[in-house]
Amino acid sequence: MRHLRTASAALIGGGTGTVFALLAAIFIAVAFINPGFFEWPSLMAFLKQAAPLVILAAGQYFVIVSGNFDLSVGALVGAQVVIAAKLIDGEESRTLPVLGVMLLFGLGVGLVNGLITTALKVQSFITTLGMMLVLYGAIRLWTGGAPTGSLSEAFRGPGRRGIEGVPLIGEIPWAVLIMLGAGAAAIWLMRTRFGRILVATGDNDLAAELSGARTGTVRTVAFVFSGLSATVAGLLIGGYAGVSAQVGEGMEFTVITAVVLGGVVLGGGRGSVVAAMAGALTLEALFTLFNQMFLPASIRPSVQGAIIIAAVAYAAWRRTRRPVAATATVNADPS
Amino acid sequence: MQTTRLALASAAAAGLLLTVGCTTDEIQEPETTDEATDAAEGDWFVQADYEEQLAQRDIEPEGDPATPWLQAIEPEWIDTAEFAREGGDATVCFSNASVSNPWRVTGWITMQQQVKVLQDAGEIGEFRHSDAADDDEQQISDIQAFIDSGECDALIISPSTTATLTPAVEAACASGIPVVVFDRGVNTDCAVTFIHPIGGYAFGADAAEFLVDNLEPGSKVLALRILPGVDVLEHRWAAAQEIFGDSELEILGDEFTGGDAAEIKNIVTQYLQRGDVDGIWMDAGDGAVAAIEAFEDAGKPYPVMTGEDELSFMRKWKETGMTALAPVYSNFQWRTPVLAATMILNGEQVPAEWVLPQEPITEAELDDYLERNADMPSLHYAKFGGEDLPGFPDAWRDR
Repeated sequence: MRHLRTASAALIGGGTGTVFALLAAIFIAVAFINPGFFEWPSLMAFLKQAAPLVILAAGQYFVIVSGNFDLSVGALVGAQVVIAAKLIDGEESRTLPVLGVMLLFGLGVGLVNGLITTALKVQSFITTLGMMLVLYGAIRLWTGGAPTGSLSEAFRGPGRRGIEGVPLIGEIPWAVLIMLGAGAAAIWLMRTRFGRILVATGDNDLAAELSGARTGTVRTVAFVFSGLSATVAGLLIGGYAGVSAQVGEGMEFTVITAVVLGGVVLGGGRGSVVAAMAGALTLEALFTLFNQMFLPASIRPSVQGAIIIAAVAYAAWRRTRRPVAATATVNADPS
Repeated sequence: MQTTRLALASAAAAGLLLTVGCTTDEIQEPETTDEATDAAEGDWFVQADYEEQLAQRDIEPEGDPATPWLQAIEPEWIDTAEFAREGGDATVCFSNASVSNPWRVTGWITMQQQVKVLQDAGEIGEFRHSDAADDDEQQISDIQAFIDSGECDALIISPSTTATLTPAVEAACASGIPVVVFDRGVNTDCAVTFIHPIGGYAFGADAAEFLVDNLEPGSKVLALRILPGVDVLEHRWAAAQEIFGDSELEILGDEFTGGDAAEIKNIVTQYLQRGDVDGIWMDAGDGAVAAIEAFEDAGKPYPVMTGEDELSFMRKWKETGMTALAPVYSNFQWRTPVLAATMILNGEQVPAEWVLPQEPITEAELDDYLERNADMPSLHYAKFGGEDLPGFPDAWRDR
C-alpha cells in the first residue's frame, strides 16, 4: 500500500517518476500519429539521434545535482568537432591520436571550470558562461571564422554507423551502445560514495563539509565528468552529421531543459541521473512528436523556455509548501 | 538557508532565461517566424524586384567574361571626378559585418589578396578593416570611428543588416569620402556604388525552377532554410514560393535549421520517417551534405537537390551522381569593392548600382569547377574568382 502510494506520488509529484509517465504519453501520441515509428529502423534512428543529448544530460546532471551549472557544454561540443576536423584533415591514421587530444581537452576544460568555481569561488553560472564565450571566440580565432579540414571515416563511425545484420533489429548504431554504456557508468557512479557525497553537497554543502566531505573536490570532479560527456557527445554529433560552423550551438540550453524535465532540481541536491537521461529522451521524443504533428522546428526554443520556467517555478512552489523535514526523506534516493 | 537557496535558484533561472534570449535570437521564436512567413507575400516580396532579377539572369553583362567580378549588368555609369585624388597609396577602410560563415571567410580572403595586388601596384597604401561580428551597434561605431579618424580616402561597407545600418552609411556619405556598399544593401543610395550579384530572388528561383523541371508533378519537396529575417535569404524563399505555387510540386514543409548539420540531419531523417521526400530545396548550401547523408542512412534513394557552390556539397554531388544544381551567390563579389574604390579614387566611371553576374553551376560544369578547386578545403566556394591572384592557392587552402 505504501509502495503504491509512493509510486503514484512519484508519477504525478513532479519528481523522478513524472518524466517516465511523460515519455510514455509522448510515445503513445507518436504511435497514434505514425505507427511506423516503432519499427526497429526508425526507433534506432531516433535513439541514435538522441544519444548525444542523453550523454550530455548525464554529464550535466553531475554538475547540477552538486549545486552548479555547466553552460559551456554546447560550445565545448562545437569546439571538439572543429578541433577534430582541423587536426584530422581527412587523414584516417590521425583518428586515434586526435581522439586522445579531444579527451585531454574535454577533461581540461572541465577541470578549469571546476577549479575556478570551487577554488576561486566564482559562481558556476559566470564561470561556465565565460568559458562558453572563451571557447566560442578561441575556435573562431583559430580557424579564421569557419571550420576547416574534414573528419576521417573512422572518426565518423561511432556517430553514423553500427553493427549491421542483427536479426530482427537490423542495425544497432554504435551511438546507442555508447549511450547505454555511458548511462550504466553514470548510474554506477551515483551509487558509489562519490555519488552520495555529490548529492549531499548539492543539498547542503555546509552540512556535508561539517560531516567531513570534500565538497570542492566532488564538485570539481562533476565538472570534469561534464567535460567528458561533451567530448563523447562531440564525437557522436561530429560522426552523425559531419562538421559545420554551428555544431553544438544552443545545446547547453537544450541539455539543461532535459535535466530539469527529468525532475532534477536546479540548485542541487535532488533528482536522479536516470531521470535526467530520461528527460533528454523525453525532450527528443517531444521534438519528434512536434515534427509528426507538422509543427515547425522553430517552436522548440519557446517550448524549452516554458519547460525551464515551469520546472523551476514548480520546484520553488514545492519548497515553500513543504517544510524542511520533508526534504530529508525525498533526498534519500540519489539514483 | 532555504530562502537564500531559493533566491539563488531564481537568480540562476533568470540568468538562464537571459541566455535563452541570446540563443533564440539566432534560431528565432515562432512568433517572429510566423510573421516572416506571412511577410513572404508582403515585406519580403516585391513583385517588381522579383521580375527584374529574373529578367537580369538572361541579360548579357557588359565586360570580359574572364573577369566576372568586373562585369556589370545594365550599368548606369556615373562620373566620379569629384573624388579623384593624386598620388596613389590611398588609405582604404573597410567595415565588415562579420566573417561568421564560410562564405564570408572565403570572400574575405579573396578581398585581402586583391588588396595586396593593388598595394603592390601602388594604388592602395594602407588597408584598414574592422569586423563587427554580426553586431549592428558595433558596426555603427566602427563606421563612425573610420569617419572620425579622417584618414580614410575611401570607405567600403558590408552592412550587417539593412535598416539599422542605413543612418551610419548616410553619415559616412555626408563626411564627403566616397562610400562603396556591397553584399547586403541599405535603404539609401548615397553611396557612390552599391555592388551585389543579381540577388536572392534569382538564387531562389534558379533552385526552384530546377526542382520543378526535374521532378514529376506531385513530387514531394522539403525546403531547408537557415534563419528568417535576413533579406537575401528571405528573397530566396519568397521567389521559390512564387515558383512552387505555380507548379504541381507538393511542399512538405519549410524548416529553419540554423545551418547546423546535426539539426539538418535530424529534420530530414524525421521527414523520411514520415514518408518519402523527392526533392530538397535549400536557401544556402551549409550542411547540405548532412541532408544527403540522411537519405543514405535511411536507405532511401537520393533526392533531386539544390545546394550552393560550397565544395563539400559539390564533391558529394559528384561522388553520388545525384541530380542536383548549385545555385550561386557570387562569392567573387568580394574582389569588386576594392577595385571599385581605386577606380573611384582615380576618377574613373563606375556603375551606380553594380550588378554582378550570378549563374548557377550545372552538372555540365561540375567537373570543371571541381578540377579548378581540387586543392581547396570543403567549406570553400567554387565561384570565389581568385584563381589569378598571386596568393592562389595557398591563401585559400591554408586558411
